[in-house]
Amino acid sequence: MKQNEQNYSKSRRLKNQIKAVVTNPYNVIVLIAIVLLTYLIILPLLDMLSTTFQLSQRDLRAVPGGVAGEFTLYYWQRLLASDLSKNLLLVPLLNSLKIGVGVSVCAIALGSVLAWLMVRSDLPFKPFFSLAVIIPYMIPSWVKSQAWLSMFKTPRVGGAAGFVASIMTSMGMSNETIETILSPIAYGSIAIIIVLTLHYYAYTYLLVSGALGSINSELEEMGEIQGASKSLILRKITLPLVLPSMLSAVILTFSKAIGTFGTINYLGSPVNFRTLSSELYSNSKSQNTQTAFAMAILMICIAALSVFINQKLIGSRKSYATIGGKGGRSTLIGLGGWKPLITIVLFIFFIVGIIMPVVILIIESCMLKEGTYSLSNFTLYYWIGEGNPNIMEGVSGIFKNSNFKLALWNSLKLTFVNGVFGTIFGQMLGYICAKGRGKLHGKLVEQLVFIPYLIPSVAFGGIYLSMFSKEQTLFGVTLIPALYGTFALLTLTSVVKHLPFASRAGTSNMLQISGELEEAAMIEGAGFFKRFVKIVFPLSKSGFISGFMLIFVSIMKELDLIILIMTPKTSTLPYLAFQYQNQNCPQASDCVAIVMFSIVFLVYALANIFGDADLAKSMAG
Amino acid sequence: MSKIVLTNIDKFYGKNHVLKNLNLTIEDGDFMTLLGPSGCGKTTTLRVVSGLEKPQSGFIHMDDKEIVNAAEAYFAPPSKRNLNLVFQSYALWPHMTVFDNVAFGLKIRKEPSDVIAKKVASALERMQIGEYAKRYPTELSGGQQQRVAIARAIVSEPRLLLLDEPLSNLDAKLRVDMRSELKRLHHETGTTIIYVTHDQVEALTMSTKIALFRKGELVQVAPPLELYDNPCNLYTADFIGNPSINFVKGTATADASGMVTESSVGQISFDRADMAPDAPQSGKIDVTLGIRPEQLTISRVQDDTHRVEGHVYSGMPAGSETLVSVRVGGDMLTVKELGSTHYSSDEKVYLGFNPKKINVFDSTTENLIKYCV
Repeated sequence: MKQNEQNYSKSRRLKNQIKAVVTNPYNVIVLIAIVLLTYLIILPLLDMLSTTFQLSQRDLRAVPGGVAGEFTLYYWQRLLASDLSKNLLLVPLLNSLKIGVGVSVCAIALGSVLAWLMVRSDLPFKPFFSLAVIIPYMIPSWVKSQAWLSMFKTPRVGGAAGFVASIMTSMGMSNETIETILSPIAYGSIAIIIVLTLHYYAYTYLLVSGALGSINSELEEMGEIQGASKSLILRKITLPLVLPSMLSAVILTFSKAIGTFGTINYLGSPVNFRTLSSELYSNSKSQNTQTAFAMAILMICIAALSVFINQKLIGSRKSYATIGGKGGRSTLIGLGGWKPLITIVLFIFFIVGIIMPVVILIIESCMLKEGTYSLSNFTLYYWIGEGNPNIMEGVSGIFKNSNFKLALWNSLKLTFVNGVFGTIFGQMLGYICAKGRGKLHGKLVEQLVFIPYLIPSVAFGGIYLSMFSKEQTLFGVTLIPALYGTFALLTLTSVVKHLPFASRAGTSNMLQISGELEEAAMIEGAGFFKRFVKIVFPLSKSGFISGFMLIFVSIMKELDLIILIMTPKTSTLPYLAFQYQNQNCPQASDCVAIVMFSIVFLVYALANIFGDADLAKSMAG
Repeated sequence: MSKIVLTNIDKFYGKNHVLKNLNLTIEDGDFMTLLGPSGCGKTTTLRVVSGLEKPQSGFIHMDDKEIVNAAEAYFAPPSKRNLNLVFQSYALWPHMTVFDNVAFGLKIRKEPSDVIAKKVASALERMQIGEYAKRYPTELSGGQQQRVAIARAIVSEPRLLLLDEPLSNLDAKLRVDMRSELKRLHHETGTTIIYVTHDQVEALTMSTKIALFRKGELVQVAPPLELYDNPCNLYTADFIGNPSINFVKGTATADASGMVTESSVGQISFDRADMAPDAPQSGKIDVTLGIRPEQLTISRVQDDTHRVEGHVYSGMPAGSETLVSVRVGGDMLTVKELGSTHYSSDEKVYLGFNPKKINVFDSTTENLIKYCV
């Protein structure tokens, strides 16, 4: 031993240490991941922050003696402490919070009740219900808004009135009466909260049903033996156990709801209902980048604050959901005399909330003139019509329309490319997070990957637009050329924005693979890549498919994120539908939405049948 | 077929000091068992030897070749150490057949496929699972999976075989079968084996040497019977043996010729020749007598004046043997008697033993001061 210490050489130690770091591909991958994430997430954030402190050319007049590009507090002062603040910030902020809180409360309540009924009660027709309950997740919220408008639109806003208004007209009511009765329902906060609730309850449902499924029912039976009533058991045992997942669902819903733009645009703008996200969009559109970014930063702060509060609330109880494990028996709880009533209510809910929007869209897409409910008015013009100068300014039906074909192709290309890249990156990052649990690099990657989650979609698109429209150089070498209007920018934005989901799915996937399986291969002399190809990948295949599907579904219907980046050449289906709607041609918009929904549904069904994929699996963790 | 020397190994997990200055030599051809309660560092030692864990300080030599030199941050990769490992969970790859599982390492080494087929077949045959080659691990029973894991480990004929509690997931009967299987394997291949277990029966029956751990430190390294007969301290004595050893507290007066102890089992004198060299030469000390249950004889009549009187607390006949708890003074002693005898509770009995065969420990230092001879 003495001898060995004499041989000790500092240079050899250093050489060995460097060799160990460099020759281990895992380290190299971690390093690349951290550098890339910093470049793609931290840098844009800092860029955004610094932009809000730089005076732009167009605002020179507003600041006496200002120099373009110089440091200024003008934008923040204008936003936070000026006569304009109330109109510019406070009203939209309060509206955003109202929507966020309203949607969270309703969606959590609805989602939790549905989850409990589906997992723990003896509800009949479960296979049907459990499929139906997922469908809203596949219909984008802006499509639901469209359906909502078709239903409740009032004559005032222009274009034809909706279904309800038509009936009221035929009953002889005057336009004013209809307006007073229908307007509060058709537009504004109530409409937005209802539509968004019908969309976002799916998050709660998936998370809470996962948690409920893992509770050993012996825990509840123990309560029963102790003499607790059913409602007491529900309140004192079941609820606390699923509380952590309910709180995560709150965060998810809240941040999504305040960041949403499409629905606000459809249902809010007719009555001038503005939120932070819609203001952010219009400011971006009118080149008020600084103000838009300042708003984005405020929204990020709100989202970060809500996550922080959530973590404080959950604290050490985070691991509740897994306590008791799966193995335990699960005895269903009888609904007793309530069973028929609950079943009927659920059926009505699904018919009104899910089937009706789709049916309305299909019907409307076949109506020559919206709002006119007569047989002669039905047509397939918007689907397959040749260009007719009298309808839609001569634009032909979507299947004859090159714009549609381009958008369809773009959408498919985008979702596929994103699905593949997003899944691979997500699983790799998940691998790092899973292997690096409790270690510094694992935590760092986990935190970095989480950031895009906090950035509202509209703002995220805005940052990437401003950052990548100019070429990126390092020491005079062009790293990335200017990407404005390219498919690459679209892909980059979507992949990075969806990394939190993808890597979360990857992490929970990778955590299921015991470390010993890899160690056994290491002993046999399998290198990092060999292990990944031979062991990790084959064992996580179904996770890959789930992850792919999650990304596919959410990018196919994505509107908020890419709305600012869109150019006619890169337009996707959601954007095309959005444009048609804004051009006051809802039928064509409906057609596009239906095609999109069909694709999403088809992919989901295929993945379910062949891949054993599970949306819930990729959301948990 | 390999000698391993661990020198001054220290391993930390964060602030947790798991292995404390560990020194251990495993001779060529040894069946070395690392024994101890859970969390004592035995599995960590195994993983350090395998190369899956890197110690913060210390050296490991394998046949005089340095494989770990923590001071110079040199750690030979696991695959370069010519060893193989059987995990507690078996770690069979569920997406590969038994054949592919066993052949994996050979394929990595790019051996020709006919050689692979031959080697795998021979390994499976040796573990008597040749007919399951095409099955997947999930289609096998626990015992069969265990055999696959061992076949995978021995197929490459490693010079050192590491086994991490391989039998802990098997039921009692299979465990006994596998024990003799492993002992046979060691005999046939002559491979050096390091075996981790918390089960002292496994350790005693299979090993050529046992290394007993406590809280990251080595307590005693000795052949099984030596460990059983002369545990170096109270911890070892208590850990080894089932039913466990009887401890009787007492006092001793030592002089040049030996010592005389006073306790509930009476006055006993011991010869200096049977005592440890560092045992006290004079004065009064507190001692603990260690009497193995099978060293005690039980009788209903006092046929010998050395027998001490006691009262049966409970008798537990189990066919081949009978365990009897007897209250002697303030102490409770367990007696193991061959055959089955029925003793009724509170029955008066007389216990005897050969003083040469018992251990005496110093109660203060807890160390052995009188050997069993």
